[in-house]
Amino acid sequence: MQRFVNNPDLVVEDTVKGFVKAHSDIVRLAENPRVVVAKNAPINGKVGIVTGGGSGHEPGFMGYTGKNMLDAVAVGELFSSPTAKSFHDAFREANAGAGVVCLYGNYAGDNMNVKMAIKLAAKEGIEVATVVANDDVCSAPLSEREKRRGVAGEIFMWKIGSAKATQGGTLEEVRVVAQKAIDNCRSIGVGLGPCTLPAVGHPNFQIEPGTMEVGIGHHGEPGVRVEPLKTAEEVARDMVKIVLDDHDLPSGTEVAVLVSGLGATPLNELYILNDTIETEITKRGLKVYRTYVGNYFTSLEMVGATLTVMALDDETKPLLDLETRCTMLL
Amino acid sequence: MQTFNNASAGDIVFSLAERIIENRAYLSEIDGKIGDGDHGVNMAKGFGMAAERLKGKDVSLAKAFDTLGTLLMTEIGGSMGPLYGVMFTEFAETLEGKDVIDAALFSKMLRAGLSGIQSIGSAKVGDKTLIDAFVPATEAFDEATAGGKPFAEALAAMTDAAEKGRDSTIDLVARIGRASRLGERSLGVLDAGATSCALILKQIATGVSGKLQAA
Repeated sequence: MQRFVNNPDLVVEDTVKGFVKAHSDIVRLAENPRVVVAKNAPINGKVGIVTGGGSGHEPGFMGYTGKNMLDAVAVGELFSSPTAKSFHDAFREANAGAGVVCLYGNYAGDNMNVKMAIKLAAKEGIEVATVVANDDVCSAPLSEREKRRGVAGEIFMWKIGSAKATQGGTLEEVRVVAQKAIDNCRSIGVGLGPCTLPAVGHPNFQIEPGTMEVGIGHHGEPGVRVEPLKTAEEVARDMVKIVLDDHDLPSGTEVAVLVSGLGATPLNELYILNDTIETEITKRGLKVYRTYVGNYFTSLEMVGATLTVMALDDETKPLLDLETRCTMLL
Repeated sequence: MQTFNNASAGDIVFSLAERIIENRAYLSEIDGKIGDGDHGVNMAKGFGMAAERLKGKDVSLAKAFDTLGTLLMTEIGGSMGPLYGVMFTEFAETLEGKDVIDAALFSKMLRAGLSGIQSIGSAKVGDKTLIDAFVPATEAFDEATAGGKPFAEALAAMTDAAEKGRDSTIDLVARIGRASRLGERSLGVLDAGATSCALILKQIATGVSGKLQAA
C-alpha cells in the first residue's frame, strides 16, 4: 500500500486535525472532535444546516462547512456513518433557536444514527427536519427512488438548502427547497479502479484492467454492468444517457452539472469527460447554466468519475448563485 | 436449577471483546464481499475500547454490558454501532440490580436486546442481516427451557441455532442495508452482521456456561 498513513486506525482523527489546521479561517472544531463547525456558526435566527457521513469522501462532508454553506458536519469513520452522538452534537452547534435541517445521504447507518440523534435533540427542544439524498440512478429503479443512495447530488442539496437558510427561510421552507434540489438531481458513477481502506490493507472489490464498472457506488458498491473500457467520449455519452433517461426534462430546462473525480483520476480526464458531457446535454435540448469540475466528492483513491445533473428553476437558480465560502469553489 | 451470579461476571464481556478483536480480519473479509469491508475494523475498535475499560476490573455482567453498549453507541457509528449499542444496553438494563441470573432472566435479556434492535432497524428474518442469527437463537433458547432443558443445554441450543441462522444467510438475497443494493449478487456469501452476531452469542454462551452452578 503506497499511502500516507500513520496509524491506520487513526486515519480519520489525523485527517480532521490537518483539515482544521488548514482551514482555520473557515471552520473550527467542536468540543466533540468528530464535529466540524463553520467559524461563524451558529448564526442568530438562522436555520442551522447540518450533514454528516463517513470519511474517505473528502472534501465530501466537512469540506462544505462554511459561510452560506453547512453550519456543522458530523464526521464518521472511513466509509461508515458518524455516531448518533456526533450528529446530535452537530445539531447543537448549528442550532441558533430556529431549528436545524439535516441534509444527508440514504445509507442504513446514517438513517439509524440520525434517527437516534433527532430523539436526543428533541429532549433538549431542538427541532430537526431532514432531507435524505437519493440521487444515484443505478442504485435502484426510479419506481423505488426511496431506496437509491445519496451521492454527489448532496452537494447541490447542501448549497440550495444553505442558501435558503441564509436568506432567512424557515425550517419548513429550507426543508422543502432542499428536497426539491435533490428531487431534481440525478447522478451516475463509473469506476475504473478499486479503493483500499488503510486498516483493511487490500481492495474490497476488483475492477479488472481494461474494464469499467458502470453505476458503481461511492464505496465500491457494484454497478449495473461491467464492460470493456471505452473512450472518454463514449463513457461520457453513456453517463449523460443514464442520468437524463431517468429524468424527463422539458426542452430548454437549465441544468447545473457536476463532474467529480473519485479520488485517483487526474483532473484533466475530468475535463475530457466534461467536453462530451456538455455537448451531449446541449444536444438533448437542455441548457448548461453552471458547471463544476473537480474532486468534489471522492471515494479514497478509487479511479473513476461521477456525473450529477440538477435541473434548475426560478427558485433554485438564484440560490445556486449565492456566494459561499467553504473549501471548494461553489 | 442452574444460575450464575451477576456480580463479577463482567469478565464474560472482556473475553467476548477479545474474541471480536481476534476476528477483525475475518469479519472485514466477509463484509468486503458484499459490503465495504469495514465491519471487522469498526467492531474491533468498539470492542477494543470496551476491553481496555474492563481490563482487570471486577464488575458485574450488567455493568460490563452497559460499558460496551454505551461505547458502541457513542463511539462507533455505522450501522453496527447503534444496533449492537442498543442490544447491549438493553441487556444491561434487564440485568441491572439482579443478583442471580437464571434462564428466565437470560431469556428476558435476549428478548429486550432483540426488541431494542427492532426499534431502530426494520430488518426481518430472511433479509440477510444479524436478525437471521438472533431470532432463531432466541427462539431455540426459549424452546429448550420450555422443554425442561437445563440452562447450559439451552445455551448450547442457542449457539447452535445462531450458527445455523448465520449459515442460512449464504442462501439469502440481502433486502436491507448496503448489501441489498446488490440484489441477486449478494447470494452465496455470509452476512457479516449475522456472522458477528453468532460469534457474540456463542461467546456469551461459553462464558455463562463456565459460571453456572446448581442453585
